Amino acid sequence: MPTLETQQFSVSFGPQHPSTHGVLHLQMDLDGEVIVNCTPHIGYLHRDFEKICENRTYTQIIPFTDRLDYLGAMNNNFGYCLTVEKLLGVVIPERAEYIRVIIAELNRIASHLLAVGTFVQDLGAFGTPLLYCFREREMILDIFELTCGARLTYNYYRLGGVSADIPEGFVQKVKDFIRYFRPKLTDYHRLITNNAIFLIRTKDIGVLSKEKALNYAISGPSLRASGIKFDLRKEEPYSIYPRFEFDIPTRNSGDCWDRYIVRMEEMEQSLRIVEQAIDKIPEGDFSAKLPKIIKVPAGELYFRTESPRGELGFYLISDGSAKPYRLKCRAPSFSNLSVIAELVKGVKIADVIAILGSLDIVLGEIDR
Amino acid sequence: MMFKISPENWAFLIEFAWLCAKAAGLLGFVSLSVMFLIWWERKVSAHIQSRLGPMRVGWHGCLQTIADTIKLLLKENIVAKDTDKVSFWLAPLVSFVAAFLPFAAIPFAKNLVVQDFGLGLLYIFAVSSLGVIGVFMAGWGSGNKYSLLGAMRASAQIISYEIPLVLSVLSIVMLTGSLNMTKIVEAQGQVWFAFSQPIAFLIYFISALAETNRAPFDISEAESELVAGFHTEYSGMKFSMFFLAEYTNMFVVSAIAATLFLGGWQGPFLPGIFWFLAKVYFLIFLMMWIRWTFPRFRVDQLMNFAWKFLVPLAFLNILATALFLVLKK
Repeated sequence: MPTLETQQFSVSFGPQHPSTHGVLHLQMDLDGEVIVNCTPHIGYLHRDFEKICENRTYTQIIPFTDRLDYLGAMNNNFGYCLTVEKLLGVVIPERAEYIRVIIAELNRIASHLLAVGTFVQDLGAFGTPLLYCFREREMILDIFELTCGARLTYNYYRLGGVSADIPEGFVQKVKDFIRYFRPKLTDYHRLITNNAIFLIRTKDIGVLSKEKALNYAISGPSLRASGIKFDLRKEEPYSIYPRFEFDIPTRNSGDCWDRYIVRMEEMEQSLRIVEQAIDKIPEGDFSAKLPKIIKVPAGELYFRTESPRGELGFYLISDGSAKPYRLKCRAPSFSNLSVIAELVKGVKIADVIAILGSLDIVLGEIDR
Repeated sequence: MMFKISPENWAFLIEFAWLCAKAAGLLGFVSLSVMFLIWWERKVSAHIQSRLGPMRVGWHGCLQTIADTIKLLLKENIVAKDTDKVSFWLAPLVSFVAAFLPFAAIPFAKNLVVQDFGLGLLYIFAVSSLGVIGVFMAGWGSGNKYSLLGAMRASAQIISYEIPLVLSVLSIVMLTGSLNMTKIVEAQGQVWFAFSQPIAFLIYFISALAETNRAPFDISEAESELVAGFHTEYSGMKFSMFFLAEYTNMFVVSAIAATLFLGGWQGPFLPGIFWFLAKVYFLIFLMMWIRWTFPRFRVDQLMNFAWKFLVPLAFLNILATALFLVLKK
């Protein structure tokens, strides 16, 4: 019997494509609908963050961190400030600590909302879940706008505290949001979580085993979906996280559905933290007294925090001047993306989109 | 020399002119209906997604589609370098004509039908399956990998789902013993076939969604995977022909469903045309509702669903109907 001759062909996904998150370029060799080979190309958004930092004062660097993971900008501010403060050895006022944690957790919810929304959108639920998520995210953005004037790149945290005290009505707005958001989460579960089509599109798709996750240094929700209970807020507690009660949601099979559900449950946990913190904000200063020109004592330090996407670390080398000698950023999305080539081998095109969406990468921090 | 027209020829000419007039009227109706549907879909989707949708042009944006059509008409006609010119230009026409032809046999109300074929149902399925040729011509002619992938998916999908679609209708034909649309409507005087043949109705409706490339079966234009599928390279009026064809197709499959399963034009008090259109638009609303709620199938899951679930179910349904008919005798 003569065999039909087939030919592989190669397709570029991105950098301009409706469902690559940002300017990711995937070079894929296809055999019909099946992926034979996939090479991710990055660098379209490179802005040389680390080099710029060597020429800026410590305070001037904060707005640059906004532009790393622009969906979790507050968390980046947070991680960077904590790193420098640790080397500075400054004591943060209680009020500032509370504000920081509340804002960071709200930002985590906003980021996960976007992750879940775009993920389901990529699976073809056109618009509806995404816009529902945006509606809720909008409330958080409104709160942020009230607090610091910006809606995406906040530049709100400062070395020693935050740039401005929380405004009047902030507490009430956050409480309103908590009351509004809880039932909405149930709505999402009813709309998405157990939808039959959603299940067959995500269950057992893109399975990331425990070993592989460790080998590729995956972190954040994607790691926890693979069965490893690792959250830096618990493992290496920073700021005032030990004072709050919250669980670390984990799943075991490491497929797309698990990564989705871990994010959904993390939103609930973040809500719990905000709920506990919002009533306890003490009176006092919103920032520690620091000199105008901040000189960090010579030394080096690696400090990591849990950003919405995973382990966000800053490696800072200071020579005692007003500018860092070297600042290296360990971006979680970078490691999380590195596994994609292995995950998508042998799956169909539609699954690539699902896997990419479930890893939830932000090109801003990959390219830096 | 004078050319004389015999009375028979006169009769033929008059009939021909009358048919042309009917076709023109139908074309006008279809265009208007599509305009309304596009506006309606935008409104329905907007309200499902807690938005407002178009609000600026006319009352609640009701003239938005006209504005959009004018824009599309005025757009530059872009033809990429590596296109296969003939199939690229013909594809939108083939798609639209295939979507438009079935109207000829659909009874809008009692005696309001362009041509009351004896084999109306057969004719409808025969011409509507031509649409896939247009889709494939578009995918091939575009000279674009995304388009080709989209077209291959679409062809596989449409051909696969035609089988359960026709099988589900077969049980209706067995019950009525006729392929004539009017007779089928009249057979539903007491009970709609949607109630006496619920499984057939479900199979038909699901397959119809797939036939029209509507979500959750819209893999052929899967935006997040294939950019825009087979019509990626189309712009301007050629693109709007595909758009027109898509909405016309929606109307056609809903009209067939209304005729075969929901009693066609029959209903109390109000005139038949009203009941017919109400049923059709209700079904279209259902399709929109589904589209804006569900995620999309993957291509192999879609095929599995057709071949391993819908086709066997349709056969079982035919068997059950046959048993029922035999036992009734």
